[in-house]
This record gives sequence, C-alpha cells and structure tokens, in this order.
Amino acid sequence: MNTVEIKNLVKTYGDTVAVDDLSFALKQGEILGLIGPNGAGKSSTIKILLDFMRPDSGEVRILGQKMGEALKDRIGYLPEERGLYKRLTVIELILYLASLKGMGRNEAEERADRLLQRTGMYEYRDKKNKEMSKGMGQLIQFIVTVVHDPDLIILDEPFSGLDPVRTAAVQAIISDLRDRGKSVILCTHQMDKVEEICNRVLMMHQGRTLLYGDVLETRKQFRRNTVRVAAGGEIGDLPGVLERRPQNGAVELVLAPGSSPQAILDRLREDGIEIQHFEIVTPQLRDIFLELVGGEK
Amino acid sequence: MNKLTLLLKHEFVQAIKKPAYIITTLFIPVAMLFSVGVIKLVEILNDANAKEALVIGYVDQAGFASQPMEEGLTRFVPYNSPQQAKAALVTDEISEYLIIPEDFLETGIVARFTLEKELFTPLATTQAIKSFLDLNLIQDRIPPETITRIISPFQIEVTRLDKDGEISDNQANLGNILITGVYAFLLTMTFQTASGALISGLGEEKESRLIEVLYSSVSVRQLMVGKILALGVAGLLQVVIWLVSAVLYLRFDAASAGILSQVQISGSFVALAVVYYLLGYLLFAAMSVTLGGITSSASEAHNFSMIYNLTCYVPIWLISVYINFPNSPAWVALSIFPITAPIQTLIRLGVGDVPAWQLGASLGAMALSVVGAIWFAEKVFRIFMLMTGKRLGLKGVIQGLREA
Repeated sequence: MNTVEIKNLVKTYGDTVAVDDLSFALKQGEILGLIGPNGAGKSSTIKILLDFMRPDSGEVRILGQKMGEALKDRIGYLPEERGLYKRLTVIELILYLASLKGMGRNEAEERADRLLQRTGMYEYRDKKNKEMSKGMGQLIQFIVTVVHDPDLIILDEPFSGLDPVRTAAVQAIISDLRDRGKSVILCTHQMDKVEEICNRVLMMHQGRTLLYGDVLETRKQFRRNTVRVAAGGEIGDLPGVLERRPQNGAVELVLAPGSSPQAILDRLREDGIEIQHFEIVTPQLRDIFLELVGGEK
Repeated sequence: MNKLTLLLKHEFVQAIKKPAYIITTLFIPVAMLFSVGVIKLVEILNDANAKEALVIGYVDQAGFASQPMEEGLTRFVPYNSPQQAKAALVTDEISEYLIIPEDFLETGIVARFTLEKELFTPLATTQAIKSFLDLNLIQDRIPPETITRIISPFQIEVTRLDKDGEISDNQANLGNILITGVYAFLLTMTFQTASGALISGLGEEKESRLIEVLYSSVSVRQLMVGKILALGVAGLLQVVIWLVSAVLYLRFDAASAGILSQVQISGSFVALAVVYYLLGYLLFAAMSVTLGGITSSASEAHNFSMIYNLTCYVPIWLISVYINFPNSPAWVALSIFPITAPIQTLIRLGVGDVPAWQLGASLGAMALSVVGAIWFAEKVFRIFMLMTGKRLGLKGVIQGLREA
C-alpha cells in the first residue's frame, strides 16, 4: 500500500495555476525529495496533502484513505517557518503538542527525552522556549514533528539554520525513520541532502512535474557521456573528445557521439599516462535542476 | 481527555497566566481597596477636625442678627466692630469672623475673614452660616415648626404601583442602577480583554506558523471553539472576581452600603445577565477571530477591533442621558443592535422594566448575529489563518471566500 497517492491534482488561485495535474506516489519506508524553485507549487501540494485547503480537482489518498481528522494523528508536519509557545518550557511544549496527536503523557515523555538526548537538547529540557536560539527552536519543532511516531512525516526545510553536528543528528533520525518503515516527504532547496537520503525525487516547476523518479536512476539518465580524469602527466589530444573542462586538478572530457569512456581509458593507457582517477560523470541533482528549470524558462 | 478538552485546558491556563490578565484582574480589587483606604482616611481626618470647636465671630451692620446661635460645636459670637472681631481672630479667641454689611438684604453678600488659606469655604462652615442667617432672618416672623421646614424643606419618597394599583415588587432605586451599571462596565471590560487576548493569541500563532502545526493535529472547529471557550471561562472568572470584590467594597463603604440595602436583584435579572454575558462574549469572540484571520498582523487586528470595542461603550457614555430621558426610542434601538444590546438592556433592566417584545427582539437579534458571526469566523479562520503577512483588503477577502 502506498503511504501517499496523488492523482491528477489541480489547484488554482484566480488565474494562477498553483498545481497542474500533479500525480505521484510515496511508498512505505521511502523518502521523497520534493524540490523546485519558489512558487513551483510545493507548498500548495503540502497544504492539500494536510487538508489545509481543498484542491479544485484530483484525488489524494493517505495511508489508503481520504485525508480527514482520523488521519491527523498518523502524520507529523514541520512547517518551513517555525515558532514556539515562548512561555512554555521545551518539555511542556513537546508534551502538549504530542497530546494533541493522541499520545499518552508517559509515552510522550519517554520518547521526547530520548529525542532530546539524541539531538543534544536534553540539557534544555526544562528551559523556556523564549531562551532558545533559532537552531535550537528548529530542533524542538523537529522533535515535536516526530515524537508521536507518525507513519507519514512531512518536513519543509528541516536543515535550514542548523549547524553541521545538528544537521547530522536530524539526518540520522530521518534515515532511522525510513528504515523503520516510515514515509517521509522532504521539501528542501538543499539538493545534496536529497541525494544523500532520498529514495525518490519529485521536481516541480510552475505547478507541473518536471521530473519524478528514483534518485540514482534519474541522475544516471542525465549522464552526458562525460568522463572525469585525474592523471599523473599531461593528457594530450584525444580522438573522440569534443571539449575539455579543467576541474580541481582533474579534467572533464566531453565525448563525441559514438565515442565511449572505455575507448578513452584504453587510449590513455596506450599513451602510458598514469591514471589516478577515472569516473563516468553522473550529474548532481543541482545541475539537473538548473538544466531543466533553465530550459523551462 | 479529548482534543477539545486538551485545547481548552491549555488555552485557559495560558490565558490566566498572562501578565496582562493577572494585572487587569487584580487592578479593580486593588483599586477598590485603595479607595476604601482613602475614604477611611478622609473620614478620620474629618472627624478629627470636626471635634475642634468652631467659633465664628460676626459684626452685624445690617441690624437683623440679634440672635447668637450655638449648634453642636459651632458657636456664633457677636462683635460691635470689625476691629474688635479682627483682634479676637488674631488672638485665637475665634476661628474666623463675618461682616454682615448694611445692604445684605439687597445683595446677599457676607464678608468672611480667616487665617486659613482656602480655595473655597468648607461645606460645614457654609451650612452653619446659612442656618445662622436663615434663623435670624425669619425668627419672630414665622412659627417655629415652619422655620424647621424652611431650613430643611422636604424629601421625596417614591412608591411604584403596578397596573392593579398595588405596590410593585420591582421598585426603581439607586442601588439597582449602581449594581447594573457596575456589572455592565465590568462586562464591557471583559469583552474587550478577551477579544484582545484572542487577537494576540491568534496573531502570535499565525505569525509564527504554529497555527499550521495545530491545524495538522486538530480540526479548525476544535481549534476555534477551544480558544473561544477557554477565554470565555477566563473572562467569566474575571467577572466573578470583580463582582465579589465590588460587593466586599460596598460593605466597607457605609454610604454605598446604605444604597445597597435597597437593591432588589431578581432571579430573572441574574439569568438574563448570564445569558447576555454569554451571547455578548460569543459575538465579540467571533468578530475577533474574523479580524485575526483577515488582517496581516495582530496590531492591525487590534486597531480594527476598536470599532466594536468603542461602540459597545456607547450605552455607558449615555447613561446619564438615559436616566433623564428613559423613554426615548433610541434606547430600544440600542437594546436591539447586537454590539450595544448586552450593556444597554442590562442598564434598562436595572432601572425599570423592558417590555417582553423588546427583550425578545434583543435576545433574538443577538442569537442570530452570534450564529452568523461564528459561521463566518469559522469560514474565515479556515481560509485566511494560513496566510501570513498578506494584506488582503476587502477585494481579497471576497475573492478568498468565493474560492473556498
């Protein structure tokens, strides 16, 4: 059973089409990276998923059901802009919001303490939220999002403002959730994170799907017959190479149609060049994103 | 505990822990305690002054004040000349002296000389001088019992009869006006405190996007009802604290206690007071939720809320006009207009009767407006609470409602 299934979703605001015939599915134990430029329709999609607003047409099913009040306890949501009840302590806030998700106090407290320890926030457990820095507040909100052990977690920019140590802690928790069969939608501009932890990627632009599929497969699809070579000596002219791009002590060779990476490798060996590194270049999501969005524009 | 109860408990606890709530709740009892202290202090000082004998000298140049007078601690002593009177004053034989000039009967002017620096002649002294002059002006000309009636003319004792000519159970009295006026004022303050708290709370959650986290956990209706009920209970608690402190205050204040002894509060008045509180509170709460939804910030919502917050004060501003002209149709209109209805109707009920049809029209108009306002507030809450920092304008609101 898919955790999320969206079919032909459309949402308009006046003359503006925010979401245009969007369809995708998210399986159990998967992390879907939802990426796209500002105004791509990501927020509208999330708001429709959460039943904050209704679509003009299309079908949304979460955990096999139409979204409704009964499903809210099984979903965790971290909005992009975050705030806390400043007068409450960290633990009071977590327990209150966990109780609204139908969680018992003892269980919530036990899980909250574990998550606070894991994120290095335990020492602030009984401090007021108004004393927290922006990054700490973000961690608290992240804990609030997952404390009730939801089946579907929707995270909007969970890493922004976090230092590398806390980023790693949050990333590890997200990966654990996936490994335990939870489904995650990760909405972010940090595409390196999508490459690191997401199974699938959905790229949106102007409300439409630009790209949807397995992260590794997608990157492979966008390979441009380019190899990256780091060599001990000078690489001379090679047949079948259209362009050379120096890059951090290496060189990227753009191959002509019909020329293969194996032929280039053989030629370098024949020339007696010491090869330190040889790689068929797989583009990063960032490059694919720029290529596709640039092309659209 | 279900989600609504959790929300209600959380919102109530947060509301009563807010410094603004604590300060406003305690301000009135503390102010009353302070005024009791001031009243007692003034009484003590007055008593101390009153125990000192007041000896007033006088020089009668008009030739009619042949009768020296001694009443209580005030004594009038005649002198033959202003010089003699002045000498007596500077040697502390007398407290002050008067010169009654020859043309007093034409002008009514009396010259008063004292060693004290006073803006006005003290009331007790004025009364003593008046009694002295009245007595001397009319003595030997009028029978003694008539003199008493001239000096202290009459008191009106009003008795209200019902249509059958029997003495009515519901007599108008100052105590009733006092109690209903105080209740109406406290009610107004509570509406405004709760409305302000709702706007601030919603503004904080809207601006910080906490509202989205709450939306992802509970329904729009649960969230709105939880907030409104919690602040309503907090407001009711505030009214109870204020009323209890007002009753305690009136027990300490002897003058008010006299008025209070006349108070006749019927069971139906109490029931109507509660109903009007609930309807009025729900109307103000729904309007505040609507404003919180369609404005871009809490401060903007607070500015707009002044429109209904000030309007509901109109019956209190006009209370003296109402007492003098209680039968004007304007009061009927204010009793039916939902924003002014709770205060105006309670004031009218405190002073006299309100015809049943007017009471029905007032309650009906309020109930209808409450239902409409809550329906609209829920719609607005759902559509606009997720829009932060956007100035919608009337066109934007209409478009949003159409697209919902």
